[in-house]
Amino acid sequence: MQLLLFNAFNGLIQGVFYALMALGLALILSLNSVINMAHGGFLVIGAYLAYALSPYLGFWGALVAGPILAAAIGLAVERLLIRPIYKRTDPLYSLLLTFGLALIVEDMTRTIWGPQGLPLEIPDVINSPVSEVYFFVTGYRLFVIVITTAAVVGLYLLLRYTLLGIRIRAGINDLETTAALGVNIYRLRALNFGFGCLFAGLSGVLAAGVLGLTPPMGNSLIMPSFVAIIIGGVGSLFGAVVGGLIIGLAAGITTTYYPAASEAVIYLMMLIVLVVRPRGLFGEEGLFE
Amino acid sequence: MNRIIAIAAIWVALVALPWWLPLIGGYTALGSKVLIYAIATMGLNVLLGFTGGLSFGQAAYFGLGAYGAGMTLKYLAPSTPLAILIGTLVGGAAATLLGPLVMRRRGIYFAMITIAIGQLFYFIMVRWNEVTGGEDGLAGFSRQDIHFGPWLYRLDETNFYYLVLLGFTVAVAVMWMVLQSPLGHTFVAIRENRRRIEFLGVRVERYIWAAFAIAGFITAFAGTLNALLFNFTSPQDLHWILSGNFVIMIVLGGMRSFFGPLIGVIIFVVAQDYLSSITGNWMTFIGMIFVLIVLLFPRGVLGILARRVEVR
Repeated sequence: MQLLLFNAFNGLIQGVFYALMALGLALILSLNSVINMAHGGFLVIGAYLAYALSPYLGFWGALVAGPILAAAIGLAVERLLIRPIYKRTDPLYSLLLTFGLALIVEDMTRTIWGPQGLPLEIPDVINSPVSEVYFFVTGYRLFVIVITTAAVVGLYLLLRYTLLGIRIRAGINDLETTAALGVNIYRLRALNFGFGCLFAGLSGVLAAGVLGLTPPMGNSLIMPSFVAIIIGGVGSLFGAVVGGLIIGLAAGITTTYYPAASEAVIYLMMLIVLVVRPRGLFGEEGLFE
Repeated sequence: MNRIIAIAAIWVALVALPWWLPLIGGYTALGSKVLIYAIATMGLNVLLGFTGGLSFGQAAYFGLGAYGAGMTLKYLAPSTPLAILIGTLVGGAAATLLGPLVMRRRGIYFAMITIAIGQLFYFIMVRWNEVTGGEDGLAGFSRQDIHFGPWLYRLDETNFYYLVLLGFTVAVAVMWMVLQSPLGHTFVAIRENRRRIEFLGVRVERYIWAAFAIAGFITAFAGTLNALLFNFTSPQDLHWILSGNFVIMIVLGGMRSFFGPLIGVIIFVVAQDYLSSITGNWMTFIGMIFVLIVLLFPRGVLGILARRVEVR
């Protein structure tokens, strides 16, 4: 029983990272119409920059700086590389471009910081287990959940109540009309891309505290995030978060009984969802079909 | 007429490859690899370039073919033709079964689902250690000489190249016939204007399914040859990075032309072989090739050439 709880909790934490990744991916997918294969790259950038800056800024400073720098680099990438190809309607090109970026970031990270794993130091205040029986519930893991919840709620409030958020939602709904109403959709898409990368970076810093840093960490987290989006339903940001948590939990629980299948199980779940409910749990009917 | 001469010239050059490739610093196995990847990408291009289905998980069927062939030799029977047959059927059947899950999707969503489905097979091969060799890959098998009654065809490096060339020729002929048939014309029509074809009463989804299955069988066939070439296969042969490489090779050569992928494969495989021999950072260079092709040469080599001719 304790083993099950242990694995389920581990899975939930893993799911939190998937959810954060998937949320950023889904934002970019919806408004920018780009499958950002480099999303894992932005995660790695956030994580490694936080690692590099933590001796100077401390953990808390790095936790803020990592995601912001990832977002800043995301804005630059969007401006220089992705904006020129929005006009190509075939999504093939943005997919290939970000794919190339993913390879470059992984390889450069390996060259700069080395292929071996690195630890991210976490302050003792939040790193001690909460209780002796449930030793796996460390303060840091609860902290991860709290920060993630805050970020998700923050995004919700932004999208729901601010002018920028309303414009983003309008753009997702109908980009042409939004542009016709005088909204600068280039700036809107740029900001949205930045938000997506901010979430990737945040996910990276938080994940680094649990899993440590390795150059392929981003590219290994991106596939489950796709699955999270497909299970949650393409077009639904809420679905992406729920999908991420579900597959994390499912993988964790499977580890208890049949560890070898812990990765395959999430892809099997995806197949089942695709058969039973092709639009995903919270997806809109007819979208992309 | 020009076209026939060009094709004949290419084929003669391919037949003579074991003689001239070593002279310019290559090796025959590199020629086999180029042809194998050409089969895979031309098969994928039936779906990608001619039907407009953005498959980003094609390595899964390539890898299933490779594992199918390897496991046949290792566990079932020491027969090269049987290994090729079973591998092709396994990969092709998987694509045929999964086709209905993707055929309704469009554009981005099609790409995402094909990528994610591909990863299922990747993890099965990585984790099913006892049978597949896990992360280390499947070894312990080797291609077997082929017996035709009293005749023996020894599969050394050169003879294996000719087997691959035979496979390439057959696969190209099959794809050419498919694309010239009403089926192939429907594929192109779907790419050009899906809605219009739907209104004409064509059941578009079935045709996309057919294209997906054909692409699956052909890539799986290429995968079996790849396993036989190296007497080895690993999870890297089903990884999404290989899927992406397939797509960039197609775009590099020209996705709207039948032989475009062949050109793209030659450039990409040779570049990869060369880069990985001179720098440890070859992945960065490959990534830059991706970015540059998308920004500067989206039509690919043959696309640019075709445009030149038109302008004249």
